[in-house]
Amino acid sequence: MLGTDPLATRQPARGVASEPQLDRRQLLSTAAMGIAAAGAASLFPAYPAPAAPGDAIRPFRAIVPQDAIDDLRRRIAMTRWPDKETAADQSQGVQLAKLQELLQYWGGAYDWRKAEAKLNALPQFMTNIDGVDIHFIHVRSRHPNALPVIITHGWPGSIIEQLKIIDPLTNPTAHGGQAEDAFDVVIPSLPGYGFSARPTGTGWDPDRIARAWAELMKRLGYNRYVAQGGDWGTPISSAMARQAATGLLGIHINLPATVPPEVAAALAGGPVPPGLSEKERAVVEALMISGKNGNLAYFTMMTARPQTVGYGATDSPAGLAAWVLVHPGFAHWTYGADPEKSPTKDDVLDNITLYWLTNTATSAARLYWENGARGSVIVAAAQRTAEISLPVAITVFPEDVYRPPETWARRAYRNLIYFHEVDRGGHFAAWEQPELFSAELRAAFRSLR
Amino acid sequence: MPANSQTRRQVLATGAALAASSLVGEQMSRAAEGSNAIRPFHIDIPAEALVDLRRRISATRWPAREPVTDESQGVQLATMQQLARYWATDYDWRKVEARLNALPQFTTEIDGLDIHFIHVRSNHDNALPLIVTHGWPGSIVEQLKIIDPLANPTAHGASASDAFHLVIPSLPGYGFSGKPTTTGWGAERTANAWVVLMKRLGYTRFASQGGDLGAGVCTAMAKQAPPELLGIHTNFPGTIPTDVARALAAGDPPPPGLLADEKHAYEQLQVLFSKRRAYAQMMGTRPQTLYGLEDSPVGLAAWLFDHGDGYGQPAASITSAVLGRAVNGHSAGDLTRDDVLDDFTLYWLTSTAVSAARFYWELHFSLYNAADVSIPAAVSVFPGENYQAPRSWTERAYKKLIYFNHVAEGGHYAAWEQPKLFSAELRAAFRSLR
Repeated sequence: MLGTDPLATRQPARGVASEPQLDRRQLLSTAAMGIAAAGAASLFPAYPAPAAPGDAIRPFRAIVPQDAIDDLRRRIAMTRWPDKETAADQSQGVQLAKLQELLQYWGGAYDWRKAEAKLNALPQFMTNIDGVDIHFIHVRSRHPNALPVIITHGWPGSIIEQLKIIDPLTNPTAHGGQAEDAFDVVIPSLPGYGFSARPTGTGWDPDRIARAWAELMKRLGYNRYVAQGGDWGTPISSAMARQAATGLLGIHINLPATVPPEVAAALAGGPVPPGLSEKERAVVEALMISGKNGNLAYFTMMTARPQTVGYGATDSPAGLAAWVLVHPGFAHWTYGADPEKSPTKDDVLDNITLYWLTNTATSAARLYWENGARGSVIVAAAQRTAEISLPVAITVFPEDVYRPPETWARRAYRNLIYFHEVDRGGHFAAWEQPELFSAELRAAFRSLR
Repeated sequence: MPANSQTRRQVLATGAALAASSLVGEQMSRAAEGSNAIRPFHIDIPAEALVDLRRRISATRWPAREPVTDESQGVQLATMQQLARYWATDYDWRKVEARLNALPQFTTEIDGLDIHFIHVRSNHDNALPLIVTHGWPGSIVEQLKIIDPLANPTAHGASASDAFHLVIPSLPGYGFSGKPTTTGWGAERTANAWVVLMKRLGYTRFASQGGDLGAGVCTAMAKQAPPELLGIHTNFPGTIPTDVARALAAGDPPPPGLLADEKHAYEQLQVLFSKRRAYAQMMGTRPQTLYGLEDSPVGLAAWLFDHGDGYGQPAASITSAVLGRAVNGHSAGDLTRDDVLDDFTLYWLTSTAVSAARFYWELHFSLYNAADVSIPAAVSVFPGENYQAPRSWTERAYKKLIYFNHVAEGGHYAAWEQPKLFSAELRAAFRSLR
């Protein structure tokens, strides 16, 4: 029974929250030969020989023990609730009635095995980079000359966000696209997230993750590829561009660092700069209101005290869910009221359950701490955008937390090859609008092929 | 979905009135009728609640160890596990329950909300009535050690003429006070309720004391300036002048021309605002996110324990008390590990983690900025507080400063850590108002 045994004196077993003794490898099927023999050879391509034995790419399969799922359900059923919020809306945080309803479903009809099966139907792998085991999905298109793209999730997201874009990107003709616009997709989990291992030391900031991603693409045998990212995926993809990773042709980002210095100063309490266009002024006002509304308190808290935040989010499913749902990207989410709207209730619970089963709420928060000194992810200077000379493509989704005007984007990125503001979608763009998102990537990268 | 079955009423035994004790004066036996009634209160936590708490602590699902060797990412895993082991085994809630039940406790409905308070009358007739307000993550547990020194000074080497009658309430949404169901219960409404409370108890002249959020309530009371309020004392003064506050907000270096102690305070405040206020921002904007603190005892304890920066102020003494050694030179003083768990357990048993956080959401002024108080005010500066208020700033913020003193020892939880020194401060501070 866990409790007095520190789960973390060793690399913990993935998906085995309640059995610290269980070795992580027992979760993983290393029966590569068995998988190949099943005739799914096209899903598991031969990789170049590793440069060193430790660089090997190992097939991965998620197998969560049933007692981990039972334990989750038991804890949900025993949730001890606070009283109802005193405000009439979600301005104080996730509303009690909504969260209780979600937890009721989560502990009842919700089925993790469906998500597990979806993941296991995809080619998943593990490889050790810079001391950390990195989990990734790798799907090659059947079309020749497909452009490889590495797609990076953020917080509180995961690879679950990207599942619906895999087929549109690798199989475009089934989605109204052209074969010439096909992609191979590589979808890793950040260190400390999902099935990737948790770093035991410090230093895993976006720059280091970017170098690991470059190494990953090299190991996969790609010598020309592109990178895509929203949320943390944006600074990481941008770091790859800044580092001019070998083989990287360009990046696409959907939460770009574009706030110019004089506006950053205004946001910090200085005067609003004169000469702003109407559009620019609207964005400045929106950012100020967002700050006043407390939309970034979670960011500050995770940056300062990730370990403190982690205890409640690791021990309480309601605590974890509420913390995830505090992200402003969920501000318009209707808790699955419309079953046609993505992400569905199941989608979001798949994501939250992944955090729960892998015990990564705390390790995920550490990325904010690592980013600490660098500060805001939307300020151009903080993200050193002036150092990027590789092509940059941007799509602005209107309901995201920040909608940069094109004028700022052009100032921030000297090689802006694509800028497009679409008419729908928000922070979790790929999750909410998979077809539109995929169409954007096709258009954005067409000129780089 | 099982509702939280531990409603406050179920944990209270609202039994028969306590037998009149020498500590409870005649005014009490003439308790008002109807909705102004002052009802005796007795704590009786069901055994089942304590068993549940222990069970949950023992079943804690732990995060991985922090990748740093200090508290720079939050309360360390080893510290929490050590505390949890004790909390789930040898720690005994019944001890503090008995201590509280040995004191006269009451509830009364004010402005639609039940307010719980301890009321101890001194045997000395000319005692000065004083209402003492706790903060976060504190509670009435912080004040237990100052009750006898203040109400019964001659037993502590002090003078009968410095005695106090004490009223120690719990803030709305804290301890055994009710939880507001609508918005609006901030410092001002609380201050108003405190004045009503003192008058309902029959006091026509009284003083007010507060630290942390309690200091905000004192400021609000001072601004309301009811004629009955003689003055306030705070160990958490709001003193930052407007121009200095602006410079701090802009991230500027210390403005030129500051005196040495003003510059030191400025530097302390820079660190405080840049590194140690994340929890307050979170609680002040999204208190209803903290579901984990109601559902996980360790989650709750870690959040309360951390209070910004474990090694740094203001949580330093709590860290020292829990670890049993002075950490980074911050002595725990009289504060013990049991004291700390008494406080945390009170939050747990009353399910007030989230309701307590809402007070921050309702707080619309900075506790650090110049309080702008015009009634008599006394200030004690404790060396371990998050910043040491310079006299120059204090005099501008508290226009009738009747007492200002730098105390030798003690930090943010002044009464809890240094009850003797704290009590001496209050005697000296209020002497001129009697």
